[in-house]
Amino acid sequence: MRTHSRWTPWIYLAPALVLLGGLLLYPVYQLGLISFLEYTQAQVSGGRPTSFQGFGNYAALFRDGQFREVLLTTVLFAAACVLATLATGCALAVLLTRVRALPRLALMTAALGAWATPAVTGSTVWLFLFDPDFGPVDKLLTRLGMSGFDGYSWTYDRYSAFALVLLEVVWCSFPFVMVTVYAGIRAVPAEVLEAAALDGASQWRIWRAVTAPMLRPILVVVTLQSVIWDFKVFTQIYVMTNGGGIAGQNLTLNVYAYQKAFASSQYSLGSAIGVVMLLILLAVTLAYLRLLRSQGEEI
Amino acid sequence: MRRRHGAGRRYGRLAAEAAALLTAAVVAFPLYWMVLSALKPEGEVLGDRPRPWTSAPSLDAFRRVFGQQDFARYFLNSLLVAGTVVVVSAVVAFLAATAVTRFRFRFRTTLLVMFLVAQMVPVEALTIPLFFLLRDAGAYVPGIGLNTLGSLILPHIAFSLPFAVWMLRGFVRAVPETLEEAAYLDGATRARFLWRILFPLVFPGLVATSVFSFISTWNDFLFAKSFIVSATENSTLPMALLVFFKDEGNDWGGIMAASTVMTVPVLVFFVLVQRRLVSGLGGAVKD
Repeated sequence: MRTHSRWTPWIYLAPALVLLGGLLLYPVYQLGLISFLEYTQAQVSGGRPTSFQGFGNYAALFRDGQFREVLLTTVLFAAACVLATLATGCALAVLLTRVRALPRLALMTAALGAWATPAVTGSTVWLFLFDPDFGPVDKLLTRLGMSGFDGYSWTYDRYSAFALVLLEVVWCSFPFVMVTVYAGIRAVPAEVLEAAALDGASQWRIWRAVTAPMLRPILVVVTLQSVIWDFKVFTQIYVMTNGGGIAGQNLTLNVYAYQKAFASSQYSLGSAIGVVMLLILLAVTLAYLRLLRSQGEEI
Repeated sequence: MRRRHGAGRRYGRLAAEAAALLTAAVVAFPLYWMVLSALKPEGEVLGDRPRPWTSAPSLDAFRRVFGQQDFARYFLNSLLVAGTVVVVSAVVAFLAATAVTRFRFRFRTTLLVMFLVAQMVPVEALTIPLFFLLRDAGAYVPGIGLNTLGSLILPHIAFSLPFAVWMLRGFVRAVPETLEEAAYLDGATRARFLWRILFPLVFPGLVATSVFSFISTWNDFLFAKSFIVSATENSTLPMALLVFFKDEGNDWGGIMAASTVMTVPVLVFFVLVQRRLVSGLGGAVKD
């Protein structure tokens, strides 16, 4: 191989690093900085000087009962979304391996359609499906004998609103899991499975001893991706519960930070919430990297 | 695998296929309902008995959507922003992925970890500092300040890069090193190898990767909402969609028609690249 100059990789990397430095790293630094300042409309317009608050904003945040509740809600909601998405995606991936070409194509196509749907339109469509006046779901449930759903408003109650958002999130994110896991199952060499079957291993044993271990890295990846995506759900909550639900009952951290900053001009509190999210996701990522390393994977 | 054609097995497969078809129908239903409601006359959309068909399809809802002031303009804005982001981030990510797969250098692993960590950053949280950054930058460079399309393009390029680099690595690595050596033996320059040989070979992967940058940009409504403060002529589609939500009663026909208009380009893009997407994901997670 021709010897390259020491600088060649850095020249190739330069555009990416400049963009990421300016529009990701620097904003992250700014986010941290603002979270330590007093930064409201008065400071933005230059009416009052900014003052350093130390951890004052964070202290205020953790004293705030609503913040603690939103934090807990976000963790639980993300966990529910991740579990539901993974269960659906994996189950359907296994199902895909058991069927002939035509049903497989039908399911794949439907899933790709859901995957491709923008979050905004997905949210509006699901909202319409569950609309108390004109949506088909309430009418269908009523017709099936559940009269309690006649004109039932899903977004009025806190838990049914979250359930509705969860359904939409699972709908648009299970295809990624399904397609990836399916590709992973298909990548298990047929000879290995054949050898195991010839040795008299049962289906369950083949799954336990051959397929599952080979799928492990893939499962780790899709789990991590799901955690990251679901922890940051913004559009669905914002559109479906109209900015966080009645009296903020459906707020998650992301939406809460946005509302604090742009609706009530408390930029420093919004930034502090952003930092908390950042730290949580960073912890998840580091745990993931350690997991990869302990499995002897090279990146 | 050995095939046994027992009756139980056959029924098992039929049950699985029935389940697959049923699931497909359930998953596809929201999209079907979206298109159907867009084509229903208004009386049927806002009627008491929603039916899963329509006897009098009409394009009224679409007319209302395109009759809305500047809707076509929003559509073009969305296309322009997403198109620019796709092209620029593909080229930049290609260069970066080449650097981290084809070269061994100090800080390579650190950089890779940073690309991974960068994907975790909650973009929404950065809206606050980005807002101030773009406001200040606009004073010096007119095209990227608040209220411009540049203020949507630039952050999206940056945010789609880490994942694109991460995913492209597999495609770049798949090109054999012997090819590179042969090219240099034939007297090719580094630039020539990069653009004439490596780029075309990695192109399928670039297309697969670009789906993600296209979708995240096309879908975005937070940046459009926050950075386009007053210049509504620079708004994008998601904003136009929300116009149909009204206090006195939502125009569901209009919302569904606008949703259809917004979903179709993504669907088309997806269908075009879906094969490569599936193999691309396989490559990205296996390596």
